[in-house]
Amino acid sequence: MSLRLDCTGQLCPLPVLELARRIGDVEVGDTVVVVSDDPAAASDIPAWCRMRGHEFVGAADTSYEVRRLR
Amino acid sequence: MSGYFDAATASPLHPAARAALEVALDDGWADPRRVHREGRQARRLLDAARASVASSLGARADEVTFASSGTAAVQLGMLGALAGGRRRGRHLVASAVEHSAVLATAQMHERDGGTVDLVGVDRLGRVDADAFAAALGPETALACLQTANHEVGTTQPLGPVADAAAAAGVPLLVDAAASTGRLAPPAAWDLLVASARKWGGPAGVGVLAVRTGTRWRSVLPDDEAEAGRFPGGVPVPLAVAAAAALEAVEAERAAESARLAALVDRLRAEIPRRVPDVDLLGDPDPAGRLPHVLAFSCLYVAGEALMTELDRAGFSVSSGSSCSSSALTPSHVLVAMGALTHGNVRLGLHAGVGDDDVDAFLDALPPIVAGLRERAGADGR
Repeated sequence: MSLRLDCTGQLCPLPVLELARRIGDVEVGDTVVVVSDDPAAASDIPAWCRMRGHEFVGAADTSYEVRRLR
Repeated sequence: MSGYFDAATASPLHPAARAALEVALDDGWADPRRVHREGRQARRLLDAARASVASSLGARADEVTFASSGTAAVQLGMLGALAGGRRRGRHLVASAVEHSAVLATAQMHERDGGTVDLVGVDRLGRVDADAFAAALGPETALACLQTANHEVGTTQPLGPVADAAAAAGVPLLVDAAASTGRLAPPAAWDLLVASARKWGGPAGVGVLAVRTGTRWRSVLPDDEAEAGRFPGGVPVPLAVAAAAALEAVEAERAAESARLAALVDRLRAEIPRRVPDVDLLGDPDPAGRLPHVLAFSCLYVAGEALMTELDRAGFSVSSGSSCSSSALTPSHVLVAMGALTHGNVRLGLHAGVGDDDVDAFLDALPPIVAGLRERAGADGR
């Protein structure tokens, strides 16, 4: 399953904070999609994945998909 | 004690600059282009300042132009080289992590019908020399590369890039603003840019050096000051003070850079140990970075809040986070590197920063970051 987090209108680091809070809501191997119109999310969500050991699956427009790995 | 850690923007005035400035204010106030006694006296001071800066930078005196800032030097240097190279073409190549003055000038060139290639960087902020060389073509009128990055301190592969530019017949503008007075001046360039306030000279003095034989044409109306390269000239006393500071900083460079590099080493080792979830930026190898600059990003913290709290605790830093910029977009350098852009802090050390200042910063940072994370509800994640 996949969880969708609508963070539209939130500025850095709020979308990343929300992602960190909710990643535990999905099983390992499942994904979370963050919707963010903050340009910083394009850098910060992949960087968060790298730092926290999750997989950045990819981005489409303002949606960023992350797979929980641990 | 100094909590001022923003020397990568502006260094406190070097004592040698202050002493030179006082003398030059008395003797160098007249217009150096006038032939009367006072004008000739100002002229002598300006000539001496120019010769001194040229010698410090490895240039000839007649190649050195004073401008009013590093930004003005970049703008006029680039636009003049593009105008001079117009017959060859209108293609411009630069790294993606150049100073915003370079990128803004590139954007203007593009709006005016020119073409621009920005060469990307790796996770450390370093451009690939082969990729840069491959971007140079028969219509490339100018290439721009910094000696080292101003935000994260990573040095660039100037030697191979300069060789490639020379082989392709493309003039190379080297932005040495971040490294002048901290690293040995670059050897190979066609145009060179520096900024006095970053080496301990006064604000209001930039340097543009144009190698003899480089095609360069002013894009401004005719003016006889600074060999037609910078209109109206610069205040002679400030140029004198800038030259004195650079001479002094160059004389102290080996010892001072080693001292600052040791402080940066300590910060790089201690910050991740004391603050969890920190992205330490730039080259881990001291040989691949500026001795006095350190940047890091703290997860879950807004850069502006971090700067404000550090300021309240007596520490002056800068940040590339979007909330701390007027544009509301994160630093293009951090984005190009794929670094965490929020919670970003850049430290620029200088002669006034000692071991005790670094200790005080290392003690102050962890509770500030922890407090901000707790307020944001990010505790322990």
